[in-house]
Amino acid sequence: MKPYLREKKNFGFSDIPESTSFEAGYLVSVNSGWRSIRPVVNMEKCVGCMQCYLYCPDGVISVENKKAVIDYNFCKGCGICHKICKLNAIEMEAER
Amino acid sequence: MAKKFLSGDEAFAEGVRLARPQVISAYPITPQTIVVERLSEMVENGSLKSEFIHVESEHSALSCAIGASAVGARAFTATSSQGLLYMAECLPYASGGRFPIVMMNANRSTALPWNIYGDQRDSISQLDSGWIQAYAENAQEGLDFALMSYYIAEHKDVSTPFMVNLDGFVLTHTYETVDIPIQELADKFLPPYETDNKLDLENPKNMAFSAGPEHNYIFKYKEHKALLNAKKIIKDAEKRFADIFGRKYTGLLETYRTEDADYILITLGSIAGLCREIADKLRAKGKKTGVVRLRYLRPFPTEEIVTAVKNAKAVGVLEKDISFGSEGTVFTNVNSALFQGGIVIPSYNFIGGLGGKNISHEDIENIFYLIENGAERVNFVGIEGGD
Repeated sequence: MKPYLREKKNFGFSDIPESTSFEAGYLVSVNSGWRSIRPVVNMEKCVGCMQCYLYCPDGVISVENKKAVIDYNFCKGCGICHKICKLNAIEMEAER
Repeated sequence: MAKKFLSGDEAFAEGVRLARPQVISAYPITPQTIVVERLSEMVENGSLKSEFIHVESEHSALSCAIGASAVGARAFTATSSQGLLYMAECLPYASGGRFPIVMMNANRSTALPWNIYGDQRDSISQLDSGWIQAYAENAQEGLDFALMSYYIAEHKDVSTPFMVNLDGFVLTHTYETVDIPIQELADKFLPPYETDNKLDLENPKNMAFSAGPEHNYIFKYKEHKALLNAKKIIKDAEKRFADIFGRKYTGLLETYRTEDADYILITLGSIAGLCREIADKLRAKGKKTGVVRLRYLRPFPTEEIVTAVKNAKAVGVLEKDISFGSEGTVFTNVNSALFQGGIVIPSYNFIGGLGGKNISHEDIENIFYLIENGAERVNFVGIEGGD
C-alpha cells in the first residue's frame, strides 16, 4: 500500500509520539514546498515501463492504468524521472 | 560476588558483560581500547552471548548501535576523544530517536597538540547532544554505572542514551580491587530490554522520520522532559541497586563535609578523592572546607548544588575543561545553579589537568587558599597570573 496523506492540524502535546516511531505510512503534512519545476507526464507517450517509478528517489511515482502518476504532495521536482524517460514522456514545467 | 584486581576499562567490561548487551560495535582508541578488547575476548570465549561488530570507524560504531537499538536490541559502544568527536553527528540521532544505547567514553584530550592523556574536553563538548552524562570516580563506580546506566536509559520515562565517562589512564588504566556481582543478581537488577520503539514485522512502524517546523519543537521538548525525568529514575535505580548489591550511591552529586563548610570545591571524576583528602587536611588546621563531586552533568544537579553550597562563603569549580574565550563549561553550569538558587557568593574557576597534566596535592591546597582569599574568575592551575 502506498502511504497517503492524512493531514492533521493542531497537534497537541499528547498526539506526538515519545520517540520518532509511529504507524507505518502515516504522513501528516505535505513536503514539496520548495519545488520550482514539476514533472508532467505526457499520457500519449507514456507506455508504463516503470523506469521512472524505479528511479524516483522520493518514491512518489505510481502506475495507474499502465501510466505513470506523480504524487505532487511529496515530489521535490528533482527531474530524475524526466532524465531517465527514454520516450521523453516526462517534461519539466515551471511552477506558477 | 567475586573480588578481582582490575583496571577501570576491565572493570567496565565486566559490568557490560553482566548487562548482557545483544550487540556491541566499537572501534579501538587509546585509552578506551582495553574495554573493547576484553569484550571481544568475552564474546570469543562464549562468556558473553553478543554480536560483536567490527567497524571501520566511530561514526559506524554508533550508527551500528543505533541500528541494533532500532530493532529492540540492547546495544553497547565505547570511544574516546577524537573518536567521540567523529561520532558527534550520530549522537543526536541516538538521543532524538530515543535509543537507550550505553556508551563508555574514556575522557581524553582533543587535538591539537595531539595528546592521548586524560582531560574532559571531549565529553563536555557534547553536553548538548541530548545524552545523559555521568562521571565515575573509580573503577567500581564504573562497573556499577555499566549496570545502572542500562536500567536508567531503558526506563520508559527516560528512553535516552547514556554516556558513562571514565578519566583516561587515571581510571581506565589504573588497577584496583573491584567487586563483581554474580550474574543472577545482575539479571534480577536489569530485566531484558523491551520497547515499542523498534522495527517489527508484526507491528510495522515508520522509524526515525522527519518532522518539520510545525511539529519538530514538540519532539525536542519531550527529549528535554525525558532528561529531567531521569533525575527520579536515577534515584530509583540507585535504591534498587543498593537493595540488591548493597552498594549505595548518592544521586546526581556526592557531598563531603559540606554541611558546615565555608569553602567548597566542586569537581568531577577521579580528582575528587584527592580533593577530599586535602579538605580533611585543611579541616585539621581549622579551615571549614568541603567537596562536592558532580556524578552527572546531564541531567544537571541544579537544586542539589544549591542545597549543598547554600551556607558556604565561597566556592570553586575544578574541571579539566575550558570553553575557549569564555570559561570552564562546568563553571558556567554551576554559576547558573547558584543564580537560580539566589546564592550570591564569590565563585572561582580552576582549569586543571588539561592534556593529562597532574593535579598535585599542593595545587589543590592552593585552590582552597584562593577560594578563601580571592582569585581571578578563571584560573589555569600551574599558570600563575599568566604573563
